[in-house]
Amino acid sequence: MAHEHAIGGHAGHDDHEHHGPPSGIMRWITTTNHKDIGSMYLWFSFIMFLVGGAMALVIRAELFQPGLQVVSPDFFNQMITLHALIMVFGAIMPAFVGFSNWMIPLQIGAPDMAFARMNNWSFWILPVASFLLILSMFVPGGAPGTGWTLYPPLSVQQGMGMDLAIFGIHLLGMSSIMGGINIITTILNMRAPGMTLMKMPMFCWTWLITAFLLIASMPVLAGAVTMLLTDRHFGTTFFNAAGGGDPVLFQHIFWFFGHPEVYIIALPAFGVISQVIPAFSRKPIFGYASMVYAIAAIAIISFFVWAHHMYVTGIPLTGQLYFMYATMIIAVPTGVKVFNWVATMWKGSLSFETPMLFALGFLFLFTLGGFSGLVLAITAVDILLQETYYVIAHFHYVMVAGAVFSAYAGAYYWLPKWTGYMYDETLGKWHFWLTLIFFNMTFFVQHFLGLAGMPRRVPDYALQFTEFNMISSIGAFGLGISQLLFLYIVLKARKSGKKVDAQVWDGAEGLEWTVPSPAPYHTFETPPVFEGGKH
Amino acid sequence: MKVSMKKFASVTGATALAIWSLISSSSAWADYQLNMHVPVTEAGRRAYDLHNDISLICLAIFIIVFGVLAYSLIFHRKSKGHKAADFHEHLGVEIAWTVIPSIILVLIAIPSTTTLMEMKDTSEPAITVKVTGYQWKWGYDYLKGEGEGIKFLSVLATPKDQIHNKAEKSPSYMMEVDNPLVVPVNTKIRILTTANDVIHAWAVPAFAVKQDAVPGFIRDTWFKAEKEGTYVGQCSELCGKDHGYMPIVVKVVSAGEYSTWVDEQKKKAASNVDDPNKVWTLDESMVRGEKVYNTACASCHGANGQGIPGTFPALDGSKIAKQAKNKAAHIDIVLHGKAGTAMQAFGGQLSDTDIATVVTYERNAWGNKTGDVIQPADIKAVR
Repeated sequence: MAHEHAIGGHAGHDDHEHHGPPSGIMRWITTTNHKDIGSMYLWFSFIMFLVGGAMALVIRAELFQPGLQVVSPDFFNQMITLHALIMVFGAIMPAFVGFSNWMIPLQIGAPDMAFARMNNWSFWILPVASFLLILSMFVPGGAPGTGWTLYPPLSVQQGMGMDLAIFGIHLLGMSSIMGGINIITTILNMRAPGMTLMKMPMFCWTWLITAFLLIASMPVLAGAVTMLLTDRHFGTTFFNAAGGGDPVLFQHIFWFFGHPEVYIIALPAFGVISQVIPAFSRKPIFGYASMVYAIAAIAIISFFVWAHHMYVTGIPLTGQLYFMYATMIIAVPTGVKVFNWVATMWKGSLSFETPMLFALGFLFLFTLGGFSGLVLAITAVDILLQETYYVIAHFHYVMVAGAVFSAYAGAYYWLPKWTGYMYDETLGKWHFWLTLIFFNMTFFVQHFLGLAGMPRRVPDYALQFTEFNMISSIGAFGLGISQLLFLYIVLKARKSGKKVDAQVWDGAEGLEWTVPSPAPYHTFETPPVFEGGKH
Repeated sequence: MKVSMKKFASVTGATALAIWSLISSSSAWADYQLNMHVPVTEAGRRAYDLHNDISLICLAIFIIVFGVLAYSLIFHRKSKGHKAADFHEHLGVEIAWTVIPSIILVLIAIPSTTTLMEMKDTSEPAITVKVTGYQWKWGYDYLKGEGEGIKFLSVLATPKDQIHNKAEKSPSYMMEVDNPLVVPVNTKIRILTTANDVIHAWAVPAFAVKQDAVPGFIRDTWFKAEKEGTYVGQCSELCGKDHGYMPIVVKVVSAGEYSTWVDEQKKKAASNVDDPNKVWTLDESMVRGEKVYNTACASCHGANGQGIPGTFPALDGSKIAKQAKNKAAHIDIVLHGKAGTAMQAFGGQLSDTDIATVVTYERNAWGNKTGDVIQPADIKAVR
């Protein structure tokens, strides 16, 4: 290919025995190596994905039929809270931080992350924070039964499980902020000579912008939950009208964090997709510059649309109109990204290995989620759909399809680079098709439930909702079980997979493909000279 | 690999068949509702039409974009020998797919704005009703217009046995209350929402109405139903344990029926006034108190006073309900609630007689055989 990156310099040294990892458990506890830490993030997030998924299955089991069969309403509320917190903070975010740890240094030709010790610290905070979240289930009163949004005054009523969750959220926020600082510093300072910002792989661009979102939004969440803590225990009345406060204030603060959070999850997913689609189209990404601007635009606008989560709280007409217009504007840069991906594939030389399948699945489902997002942006319509299953369907199309599908695309794409072994392509395709079918079975029907008026966060429902709930629950169990297949595929690749070369995919570009597979423990100790990257 | 794949496929096929037969054997096929209920208010119908129009626009865009993609996926395959082209930008196309969506959005924004302005116009109502959210019931308070002064609580009427699958579920399962809100047809009703404890949301899809009820604040919304009938909705903001069990039922009746209903309510209210100086015996108090307990207290403290361990305390054998020295504290907590917990102040919801009898009931039911009898006058004295 004419435009293939010309890579100078040398790929990586695998002959530094004196830098090899220590053995045993201490290797993992003390490691400052970005690859070790990346792997730990990825394993951790997958475990949390299964834990959060199991909680979702408790929810779906209860909703299989009207009436109370499996759990009490109280425990049901705890499950919806923990499912969301664990999936967002324990599974999706760490998964993409794992990708960033592994791939950013490899993609920009850096030997490691800028702050290697802090990197270790930001990972090891995570298991502790997740432990606190899970522990809250076992204290008197149980885990918070408020939903992940933790709205007061309900969250002020909760037992000590709420305090554990607040502490857990503080820790998660610290971990994310440290991760964000590390990523920004690494990307801005440690790029190989010749790699200007506008020649950077798109995955690095998305993470650079995401890291700024993290640093700007996580402290806001920390502030909100700290105010909640003082309202609970120290007599403040930030969110209590009787003391001059306002319960809705919490919602403003929460969503000022919460909406950028959506893009903290989505942008790295865009990054992964922007690597995978060109590789399997054997064609450079279409409109590189406009992609970068679109990402930046989405990130900036994401700070100005928070109250579209609050249309029915009683904000004034002018507020509703402003937030409606601002939200609609986001559709433009998001549309540009989808069009760019389609144009990248146009007249390419396409092949459909598992990473590409997941990327196409992402494109299809994320676009659907974007459309239902546009419907929800219209205040007059949202008044009918707010707090119904339509919203659940919408954000699972954005989150599960957006984040999980692209995480799988990335995992299959880079797995051979990480391990040196090829996964089983047939099983990978099975994994994709099962996930796609069961995902739609679970969530597509929830649009209908929401349109018919079924509220979210209820353990029981009127008889008219029975059929779609049954379909959704069956889909959910299928979806859950299919994910175990991924674990098997990874373990099988490590055990009996075919060995791969440095250039695993013929259409893949970037510095990561210049180092051997598996990537040696230390890479790019001498920076490579990057000459390519005509975008 | 091939053999196991075949096996896997046949297993999946069999499962799918089993699922299909399960679904198709269930009785209520008619319940696969795919779109919203058509609202019975003008503003609601506009929102409904808006939803349909926007969904169709989305569908059209989806078909165009994924049509292009599908063409590419079919004809630009490596396996068909298609060679990759080399282009990676095109200014004209990029401007077009920024500008055209922007124009579409503006076209959507115009009707969205006018519809919303109509939905927000709560001026000049004929009747104003204040709706108060409690954990877990609704209070209705007719403030202005015909029926002024009527107030009542509205609680789920579905028997516990149906919820716990011990009895067959009625067709109106979970969508029935003891006292529905009653309003006249073709009349502008303004709803003021507030809450007593946590945030609730009052919602009736058929009126395209959904408004949070925030404790300490008043919000408003309105509707003008054009068709008589019974319309249902549910609390639409998570408000704790029984969030799923506080439905909203609104009966829209003709103007004549409404006037009759108002008269009945006024008469009922007049005959229901308890003599505040009556001295109640233990047996009388226990009968009345049990009724009050089951509507106001049992959802948390349990029908048998056992509570929910770790979340809601038991009353059977509790210090407050059993020890003689805590009698005043017992009355106080029922009247004024306990800050920072789900224990709400019932002083505003229940009459002196109700509070006196329910405290008596709690102090004598189950194992709490204290023999104490509280009189309405005792409550009045500490209000």
